[in-house]
Amino acid sequence: MSKRRVRAIFRKELREYRHNGNIVYAMSILPLVFLIQPLIQVFTLSSSASVPLRHEHSLLYMLAIPVLVPAVLAAYSVVGERLQGTLEPVLASPIRREELLLGKALSAFVPSVAVAYAVFGLFVAVVELFAQPAVASALIQGPDLLAQLVFTPLLAAWSIWVGIAVSARSSDPRTAAEISILLCLPTVAVTSLIAFNVIPAKPATAIGLGAILVILIRLGWRVASANFDRERLITGTK
Amino acid sequence: MTTAETLGRGPALVVDGLGKRFGSRVAFEGVSFEIGYGEVFGFLGPNGAGKTSTVRTLGTLLAPSEGSAIVAGFPLVPDNGVEIRRRIAIMPESPGLYTRLSVLENLECFADLYETQDPADRIEHVLRAVNMLDRAHDVCGALSKGLRQRVALARALLSHPEILFLDEPTSGLDPVASREVHELIDGLRQSGVTIFLTTHRLNEAERLCDRIAILSTTLRAIGPPKQLRDELFAKSLAVRTRAPLAEPNRVFTGLPCVDSWHSDGVAGYLLAVSDPELAAPDVVRALVAAGADVLSIGEARHSLEEVYLELVNESEATQSLA
Repeated sequence: MSKRRVRAIFRKELREYRHNGNIVYAMSILPLVFLIQPLIQVFTLSSSASVPLRHEHSLLYMLAIPVLVPAVLAAYSVVGERLQGTLEPVLASPIRREELLLGKALSAFVPSVAVAYAVFGLFVAVVELFAQPAVASALIQGPDLLAQLVFTPLLAAWSIWVGIAVSARSSDPRTAAEISILLCLPTVAVTSLIAFNVIPAKPATAIGLGAILVILIRLGWRVASANFDRERLITGTK
Repeated sequence: MTTAETLGRGPALVVDGLGKRFGSRVAFEGVSFEIGYGEVFGFLGPNGAGKTSTVRTLGTLLAPSEGSAIVAGFPLVPDNGVEIRRRIAIMPESPGLYTRLSVLENLECFADLYETQDPADRIEHVLRAVNMLDRAHDVCGALSKGLRQRVALARALLSHPEILFLDEPTSGLDPVASREVHELIDGLRQSGVTIFLTTHRLNEAERLCDRIAILSTTLRAIGPPKQLRDELFAKSLAVRTRAPLAEPNRVFTGLPCVDSWHSDGVAGYLLAVSDPELAAPDVVRALVAAGADVLSIGEARHSLEEVYLELVNESEATQSLA
């Protein structure tokens, strides 16, 4: 595997994101929704609301960001290039399939995780500074912070392979994004059920879910690789 | 690669019975040829003849359905894909540039994909070669079609390819830009690069190519343009006189070197001959003896376009019968 070729794809993708208004919009709008709406709710809470909050893990609800943002980015990655007609010159270069997919995955992973951490950090900072102290201490719990830090990259990686696998089979970026989000929704559902204590948030649950995600990530990589068929992508047949 | 380095090497491309099918549809089949290093090889054929599929197959983008090939010394098998692609470059008909990125950013990406040594120097060199050095920071989406073609050509040159596949490289270019591309191709030939040129411009093929192949699903003909003309058309003399001959049949039929003749315009005649140089003096003498004023006489030269049309029409007729 050539690091230089992986880096070439990674750098090219980031440069493209910067100039692509749709991508910038997709990367901004979801995190903003996930930041502003809960902040409004938090600011309206009185100190008495801190008691039920202590029994929930509301912060985990923000794990939807590292699921949904990279799914949209990754869903565009292959079908977008194919529609632009830029895929053939890349495939005609000495790049291996794995290098191309890894470069694309990293270019979705890094900004998504950065955005997820940034939004989460901003949320925590604003809550600490401006919310009722009792609400803030009930909301921001050490284990939840740790879960957020650990599960953000895992969820992003899973979501990216789903997006790339769908993108490699699609003929339209919008459809690819919709299907990717649909396929990632069960993950959001699980994190929401934990956030609202339907699934108990215990260390064993976290370890179990982490292990499942690692397996899913490996599976996703394999499915994405298998879906990436040079011949079909170039000719649209086979 | 210098000319000396190309000596003693096998052919750049050996293609043997190669074919590609998409389901039941045949893109091309039974294609065989060899191309030497430093050769400019023209690949002609009507739309849908299988030219692009052939290029993509040789470029390891499509897996062949039948036959075999050796590309830049490597058998065309999936395991050799990376090694083959290191040694070749393909410029597709559509430039396929990242239109949101600048010319420089496009070339930087591909310099890294080809793991080019001294990428900055190489990029400068190729941009100078295609006369785009002053446009390096322009966004590709803002360039004209012709300029995009030039950037695509620069991209194809980044890796010092041994074999360069050019698919319609002058498509959409104005005459001056086309001439620059032709000069560039000539320069590449001098440096030992093998060029596989797919084109619809027959004059371009005739001017640039050492040999041409005409494809219409199967290979219809292959050889230097002159050889194809000689093989396809009987040699003939074109004669023009000041006034129509009163009895042309009597003048031409008796001549031993003339196989047949027919009129070509008011006072023009086309004579099928076995050897134009031997036949011309006899014909002139016969015309003078018949009292004709000879304005011109010379070997009738069939254009590459006539060769192409003859072969393609023959192919279509064969397919209709089948």
